[in-house]
Amino acid sequence: MSSDTETKPAAKPAAKPAAKPAAKPAAKPAAKPAELPAFEKSISDKIVEKFGDKIEVEFVKENRVGIKVNRDDIHDVAEFIRDGLNYDHVESVSGVDYPQDKEIEVVYHIGSYSDSSLAKQLLVLATRAQREENPIPGKDATKLPTLRDIFYSVEFHEREVFEMFGVYFTGHPDNRRLLLPEDWADLPPLRKDFAIKGR
Amino acid sequence: MTAELPPGLAIQKVDERIMTLNVGPQHPGSGHMRIIVQIDGDYIVACDPDPGYVHRGEEKMAEYRNYITNIPHLERPVIHDSCNALYPYVLGVEELLGIEVPERAKYVRVICSELNRCIYIMYWLAIYGIFLGHSTMFMWPAGDRELLIDLMEKISGARVTHAHFVPGGVRNDLPPNFEEVCLRQVNYFEKRIREYAAVFYDNPILISRTQDTGVLSREDAIRLGTTGSVLRASGVSYDLRQKEPYDVYEELDVHSPVMKEGDSYARSKIPWLDMLESCNIIKQALQKMPKSGSVRVKLKPNPKGKGLDSVYKRVESGRGSLGCHIVSDGKVEPYRLKLSVGSFRNLIALPYLLKGEKLGNMPSVYWSLNYWPVEADR
Repeated sequence: MSSDTETKPAAKPAAKPAAKPAAKPAAKPAAKPAELPAFEKSISDKIVEKFGDKIEVEFVKENRVGIKVNRDDIHDVAEFIRDGLNYDHVESVSGVDYPQDKEIEVVYHIGSYSDSSLAKQLLVLATRAQREENPIPGKDATKLPTLRDIFYSVEFHEREVFEMFGVYFTGHPDNRRLLLPEDWADLPPLRKDFAIKGR
Repeated sequence: MTAELPPGLAIQKVDERIMTLNVGPQHPGSGHMRIIVQIDGDYIVACDPDPGYVHRGEEKMAEYRNYITNIPHLERPVIHDSCNALYPYVLGVEELLGIEVPERAKYVRVICSELNRCIYIMYWLAIYGIFLGHSTMFMWPAGDRELLIDLMEKISGARVTHAHFVPGGVRNDLPPNFEEVCLRQVNYFEKRIREYAAVFYDNPILISRTQDTGVLSREDAIRLGTTGSVLRASGVSYDLRQKEPYDVYEELDVHSPVMKEGDSYARSKIPWLDMLESCNIIKQALQKMPKSGSVRVKLKPNPKGKGLDSVYKRVESGRGSLGCHIVSDGKVEPYRLKLSVGSFRNLIALPYLLKGEKLGNMPSVYWSLNYWPVEADR
């Protein structure tokens, strides 16, 4: 991870600020902490208390808490989210490509059915994988630890992120393609450098 | 040998006893997808769903179009539930742009989305009926669906692909006298679908084919992250209209049906109960709706997000929670748009439910998942 954090500050001023949408709202809660919704704040406090500066609270807004972690820590954080905070399923896993940062972000939206106080809440857990200019899906450095052993429900979602972004999930029992044809030989299609013809 | 294969491909051993059977993608019983089942005699030992035959890259397309021109193509995954398919996107864009929607528009949206839910479920019920060999249950819903399609046509001008929801409200106000016509049609529709119980849901043949097949326990329904009717048939009372009410659902009395059995019968009955509840919601909304007022906030051309932001909105569609994750970078197009759809989330339960089931039970289990392949593939 250290190599990424070193390249990031150098890359950021050069790139347009528009390249980093998700990271910015962190500034807002810090500026006016009085307005933060109390329940959501208590959730993020619990995670901060447990992991300290390993995580970064991205945003705290109504019904949504955004947490950002290093890829080495995501497994531990997810385990705490399940066992310590009663979240039990993943609603959505989206990849977001940031070519300027040379990173691909994977965002897990985690919810809870069994704890009724968390019914409205979604925990937005984001982590970033290293991005390769010429991807060889599964064989390059674009890898993340899978969360499938913690949240069974990510199985198909992670398969989709793998084929669409080339992020290989280490430890996932079934990293086959899901939606794309088996003989797809082009770039992973949701990367920004895969262009639609005629656009 | 496996190591030399490109990722995504795998070699399977062939067993003498186990037969591999491809159901679909041309087989009508599988929808637009392939279900690879391995059978030992008449029993399914493993099942591997293979979706993707109708993958159209909606998410990629969305990155090339602005927030308004995205509207018509985003409802394409489920054209007969198009209002619900657009709903989370529209809510998300409103949060990004900071738009407050007029009260009457919120009620119109609720009415449209409940009408659409019924239209979708009737379509699904027709298919479910025909694949269980009950052709009356194909004809009746396909015919009665027209009542509500006519209503949607009066509202939006289109029979199925309405594109009626826009960020800031709805495209047009309701036509004159709509409340009266709607109430009459919905009352008749409700009376009509109650008759389905006698011919279908209380039918001993249906009960014998679906009861105790494909049982999904409460714990597994939660663990697999299923949603919508699949989740509620397994005894988890979770409906976003109650749990995270959007627009005016907070002011309406929503009693989402729940059953405990978790078998195919419960999963097929929940959507029908949902329709009765939808009729109830429509009637409440017609009563509480402001009689006049604006239904749309005028937007500037090419609206942009305020800057760097991400938003995740979700609604209860005909197939369960439908989420839309929009990442904006302050341009006129979304930087990334991800649809988390109920069909895709419920698909994970299919291999789980079919294991150990008879091959003949496959249609009843598969279609009871309330699965729509086109939506799952996006």
